[in-house]
Amino acid sequence: MTAVQPQTDLITLTIDGFEVTVPKGTLVIRAAEQLGIQIPRFCDHPLLSPVGACRQCLVDIEINGRAFPKPQASCTIPVENGMVVKTQLTSEVAHKAQEGVMEFLLVNHPLDCPVCDKGGECPLQNQAMTSGRGESRFEGKKRTFEKPINISSQVLLDRERCILCARCTRFSKEIAGDPFIDMGERGALQQVAIYEKDPFDSYFSGNTVQICPVGALTGSAYRFRSRPFDLVSTPSVCEHCASGCSLRTDVRRNKTLRRLAGNDPEVNEEWNCDKGRWAFQYTMVKDRIATPLIRENGVLREASWPEAIAVAANGLQGKKAGVLVGGRATVEDSYAYAKFARATLGTNDIDFRSRPHSDEERDFLAAHVVGSKVRYSDIDTADHVVLVGFEPEEESPIVFLRIRKQVRKRALSVTAISPWQTRGFKKLQAKYIGVAPGAEGNALAQLSLTNQSVIVVGERLCESAGGLSAVAELARKSGAKIAWVPRRAGERGALEAGAIGNLLPGGRPISDAAARVDVAAAWSIESDSIPTSAGSDSKAIFAAAARGEIKALVIGGVDPFDMHAPDFAGLESAFVLSLELRPSAITERADVVLPVAAVTEKSGSFMSWEGRTRSFEQAVPETPHQSDLYILSLIAEALGKPLGFSTVRGAAKEFGTLANWDGARASFTSHPVANAAQGVTLASWRQLLDNGSLQVNEPNLAGTARKAVARINAQLAAKLGVANGDLVTISTDHGALSLNVELSDLVDDVVWLPRNAVASQSLRMLGVLNGAQVNIRKGL
Amino acid sequence: MSELEPKRAIDGAAEESIHIPIAGPASLFTQLKGFWVTFAAQFKKVTTVQYPEVKEPTAPRFHGRHQLNRHPDGLEKCIGCELCAWACPADAIYVEGADNSDEQRYSPGERYGKVYQINYLRCIFCGLCIEACPTRALTMTNEYELADDSRKKLIFEKEDLLAPLRSGMLQPPHPYYPGTDDQDYYHGRVTEAHPSQEQK
Repeated sequence: MTAVQPQTDLITLTIDGFEVTVPKGTLVIRAAEQLGIQIPRFCDHPLLSPVGACRQCLVDIEINGRAFPKPQASCTIPVENGMVVKTQLTSEVAHKAQEGVMEFLLVNHPLDCPVCDKGGECPLQNQAMTSGRGESRFEGKKRTFEKPINISSQVLLDRERCILCARCTRFSKEIAGDPFIDMGERGALQQVAIYEKDPFDSYFSGNTVQICPVGALTGSAYRFRSRPFDLVSTPSVCEHCASGCSLRTDVRRNKTLRRLAGNDPEVNEEWNCDKGRWAFQYTMVKDRIATPLIRENGVLREASWPEAIAVAANGLQGKKAGVLVGGRATVEDSYAYAKFARATLGTNDIDFRSRPHSDEERDFLAAHVVGSKVRYSDIDTADHVVLVGFEPEEESPIVFLRIRKQVRKRALSVTAISPWQTRGFKKLQAKYIGVAPGAEGNALAQLSLTNQSVIVVGERLCESAGGLSAVAELARKSGAKIAWVPRRAGERGALEAGAIGNLLPGGRPISDAAARVDVAAAWSIESDSIPTSAGSDSKAIFAAAARGEIKALVIGGVDPFDMHAPDFAGLESAFVLSLELRPSAITERADVVLPVAAVTEKSGSFMSWEGRTRSFEQAVPETPHQSDLYILSLIAEALGKPLGFSTVRGAAKEFGTLANWDGARASFTSHPVANAAQGVTLASWRQLLDNGSLQVNEPNLAGTARKAVARINAQLAAKLGVANGDLVTISTDHGALSLNVELSDLVDDVVWLPRNAVASQSLRMLGVLNGAQVNIRKGL
Repeated sequence: MSELEPKRAIDGAAEESIHIPIAGPASLFTQLKGFWVTFAAQFKKVTTVQYPEVKEPTAPRFHGRHQLNRHPDGLEKCIGCELCAWACPADAIYVEGADNSDEQRYSPGERYGKVYQINYLRCIFCGLCIEACPTRALTMTNEYELADDSRKKLIFEKEDLLAPLRSGMLQPPHPYYPGTDDQDYYHGRVTEAHPSQEQK
């Protein structure tokens, strides 16, 4: 998008004898940066509001010949015409003031540097060297506190190291909206504190560790693990959700030790969520599959690669096959799966949606999502954001931060259509339209939007029949933009790469003869070898395998329990080739299991929900594992129909020639909104921190997950005769689960359950989707 | 021909200028003086030591094999900070730290050295590791007999380097001395083990 920058007033001032012209409202410290003059600072952060807490950035300022009587904090003073600023470089007074402030800061700062996590990348350490006095005149005893204290299970606080810059408290208040930490006490005893009963359970707490300019806040997972100069850093991309955060992965001795948020102003700014920051142990768990496995006499045994490839190729040869791609594949891997299905196996039965899905959704994706270019910047310029089937804080935290930023900055109006008014919606000051699950479509039809509005659609809206149709209709009527935000990092890329039954790479409709010719030419295969009819979706592929119509399955990174009521019969009868990291319900039944590389062990790219390509390089230098696409290329070669590439670069290059399609998109036919179910209905979605398979082995992270509770409103509670904290049991024909009740702001006759919490996997245990009728009773 | 001229000049120099003055045999007196030195040495005190039968003590601060020290109750002093490894100019030290817990406590404070290796094929006995150690966990002994017949044997593990348990010490892991914390250990207020510290 090319937004026209609004014309702003310009102001000219002099800093250290150099003239600089900057927009009105710029702070002196930023104006100095434009000249390359670095004024030391701790509390100042470009994305937080100025506070002037640390006093390290003192400079001498005069305006039109009248000088300030004392040095001023340059991080709080906006520029003025005719201002003359003298920094430490030209003013002895400023220099002495900065040295004095530094000496004061160091009076109570312990000499932990040799063992402190921050040592080596510490702004205090660095600036004590550049702007401090060589020696301290302090001879007293330093103030000490007990250290460290856990302010949450994953953030530790060493109070004596703190210099009270208030970066962490400002971040929590302003950016995350979780004001769980604040300054307590006074004078020398002032310290960052948590409220007695509320730990610092924010989804964004990791950012405070990163922006802490000293080592006062440290992450428990990284504490004392390494020093910055031991680490090899690789810019990478987060694989946990579709937000597309830029990250930095730090590796030591071939092990990932930490991940930090990268600085990408267009996407995640400088932030990320705790899951992206602290969930990476899954690549290093003991039960990673290390070698290829072949099933022999009912048990899996280790095999060599050539043997396993031969057995896999033999099992797939000449059979009608289906391909299931988990939502975490990179764009290149998805493209390899898409090409493998069409060119090697000759089938359109491929689907990346290893989660609840519908035909309506598939048509919607083909018509309205693939190739769309709605960006984060559209949220920045939107006049109205509608959230439907989507809880941004839980399901795409960076989208949440971006909307919240605009809400704070310019009171962006947000409408949330949901059965439960969550804390996240309240933090967005959203207009809450409470609807029973399944009835989102009716509420959407009531809205009026403009072409500046953005409708943010979550993947679970497909569970409400007619919901996506209502979104399409609303967008058509008003010209509003549709932002489809899936949960998983690979879904948008897999859609673009054609890992779905009705689309070829680049969003080419399978029904379009020109599209098939186009793709066949690029793949150098006969154009009539690509099947003309749309393939089955994930559920239908499992069902067809159970009926014996599909005789071979290629499954990459799918957990069948992510789908509702999965049919395992097909897995027993068909030949199953599984490409996996760790043992799963699929590998237990697979005939050949091939280990694949995790994200840190390969290069590639993801596509964020915007459709923005986010490339990353291999972070872990030595790994025995190979990416999915390399393994698929070996199997394709053994089957005599090679893919034509075996490297990420090769796949990316070939996909690049197919990524854009200027022909017609698939058409979309509206589905009617289904009638609401009778009785108590279920509402359920995944929370950010839950029982996800990429969050294994992270006890510190799991400590800040939300407690699993059943949420109902007071009306339903009265009907059931339960109070807050009482046990209720929710059951269906499939199963039952019992949880404690928490009274919440829900619509009538709806019970909300976490979909994949450790104690409550509503999908797996109840086997029903949103809007389904459930039985609820008091007690066990 | 000009190219050849310098060569000819060198050849000429070699023929003409090498002149080694050869003196005749030294005078008898000078020769006797030399023999007297040898003869007189027979009656001097012998400084050669018949190692390994006889072993002389080293200088008190001789840089010998390292030792990982213990607190008086047996807890290890090493906190796994790796400062010795960073200080080492020969890259001879490898440390991996791990977290102490109340059930499994090896040292006072949060961390202990789980893996500690010194490669004596690389060590140059400079002692920078000793200077770097913040807890005086690592010191050097005067032991210098470090020869062996394989590379593997010369990589000393933590159990090779740890100081022996003296009387009054307990084998870690064990809890703190009752009523004390890490600060008491660092300030030397724990002087012996208490029977209640013994862990089954």
